[in-house]
Amino acid sequence: MAKSAAPARSHVLARRETFVSYMFLLPCLVFFVGFVIVPMFMCLFTSFFDYTMTDFEFIGLQNYIEIFQDETFLIALRNTVLIVVVSVPTVCIFSLWVASAIYRRKGAVTSFFRCVFYLPVVTGTVAVTVVWKWMFNQYYGLFNYVLSSTNVIDQNISWLGDKRFAIWCIIMILFTTSIGQPIVLYVSALGNVDNSLVEAAEVDGATSFQCFWKIKWPNIMPTTLYILVITTINSFQCFALIQLLTSGGPMNSTNTIMYYIYDTAFKTNQYGYANAMGIILAIIIAVFSALQFKVTGSSKKD
Amino acid sequence: METQVKKTTAYDVVALIVLIVLAFLFIFPLYWIVTGSFKDAIAINSATPEWFPSEPTMDNFVRLFDKPALRWLANTVIMAVAAMVLTCITAAMAGYVLAKKRFFGQKILFSLFVCAMALPKQVILIPLLKEMSFLGLHDSLWAVILPTVGWPFGVFLMKQFSEGIPTELLEAVRIDGAGEIKTFTQIVLPIIKPGIGALAIFTFINSWNDYFLQLIMLNSQEVLTISLGIAKLQTEMSNDFGLIMAGAALGSVPIIVIFLMFQKYFTQGITMGAVKG
Repeated sequence: MAKSAAPARSHVLARRETFVSYMFLLPCLVFFVGFVIVPMFMCLFTSFFDYTMTDFEFIGLQNYIEIFQDETFLIALRNTVLIVVVSVPTVCIFSLWVASAIYRRKGAVTSFFRCVFYLPVVTGTVAVTVVWKWMFNQYYGLFNYVLSSTNVIDQNISWLGDKRFAIWCIIMILFTTSIGQPIVLYVSALGNVDNSLVEAAEVDGATSFQCFWKIKWPNIMPTTLYILVITTINSFQCFALIQLLTSGGPMNSTNTIMYYIYDTAFKTNQYGYANAMGIILAIIIAVFSALQFKVTGSSKKD
Repeated sequence: METQVKKTTAYDVVALIVLIVLAFLFIFPLYWIVTGSFKDAIAINSATPEWFPSEPTMDNFVRLFDKPALRWLANTVIMAVAAMVLTCITAAMAGYVLAKKRFFGQKILFSLFVCAMALPKQVILIPLLKEMSFLGLHDSLWAVILPTVGWPFGVFLMKQFSEGIPTELLEAVRIDGAGEIKTFTQIVLPIIKPGIGALAIFTFINSWNDYFLQLIMLNSQEVLTISLGIAKLQTEMSNDFGLIMAGAALGSVPIIVIFLMFQKYFTQGITMGAVKG
């Protein structure tokens, strides 16, 4: 331990080290402060203003009060919560299943499946979205063709134009673009579980379900927590799919908070109002993440 | 993984079959993009889809290159490379000192980076746009490059990789009288090279695909990226699926090839970035 061997390190040395460290940090801090911290504070600051193309007037909490009386916001909030509540558990469970089904196979097989499930992420939101839009098309789409030729439906469905289906189409596409990263993480976490523990349990006659539940699951808990948090953050911010597929329609049935923020800021130029919604979204996400930490953190100790 | 003789159960077989079916479904959209880009208007607009283009045509690509599609692609490459290089340099330097030095304010600074990462990135886009207009950078590629570099994920990742540098080695070099810069370039950089590789590929792909940021910052024809170009095609000619698929193929095939070439690094980047420090 070279560090503790010099307990009486002089102040001069410590100051020098601090100076050197900040010199190394400087380029990074310029970008971080300039393009993350500053806009964050601007977001918070302007949320207390009536801020449009022409006005800039302090109005206190007025934006926040209005938001909760804004029916479109409440619809968008409901849709966003629906997306999160459906997609987070399905993404987690599905990716855990895929990962546990592939992680013990031969290297090339594991890597093949890992790549395949990552493909929609790499392909890019826009490319993925336009092809789905084509497949969902009422007249030339693959879905209607397959379903009507197998007699599941007798009339072509306007998937994205129908209030009942549109949000589920979005959730499905979001699912395909969300599971890539969790699978990669789970494969690596499962591979890191100490195999001797599992083998010892097997010798003692534990079933594979017990092995999973008693040994692997507690070991991969930190990964699960991380996956829950990133999936929640991403689902709450669902935007590109909405903007490209439905523009929030039909009748706001696919409007999400993030899309509504975009709409408010860029179609009607109410920046202050949009930023206030952004702050609320950030708070909601923070609360959800904290809850996940608490729930998964306490179950770990049991 | 060590060689382990494991008996194949019925479950393993069923699981494999399910996986293969799923893999097929996950590859299918990409297949549909690529084959669609070679289909003629009749095949595209028929109610009965052609599973494989019976009369492949280059017409969609010819029409695509009538538009400034190559310009879009070039912009995307410039943007992604610039973001990648800047991120790697700044993050490697910052990650190294955060992992290996003891200095005033270290803990607070690191917590700040981690907290920022948990915040919704898209929420700050509107004020960011205002800031870029103020700096006169709005509607230029800098407006998408700079915020990407500012995002603290890279610092976090590089800190994880730098933890692996042996402290004794750094002490020994210091006793030999090497300066800070020399230590960094000659000792630290070679050790964290795999980490930089992971971060580079990760940043490149994310920047290429960050549609929302590009949408907000870029307007003019000369600075459009390929993602924005495809989105524009889609709004302007919503039913010309052949042309749109050609655009989608142009935007996604290069990045997929890059991903497949470097996927080992990429996987490593994702995994290391998740380990809680």
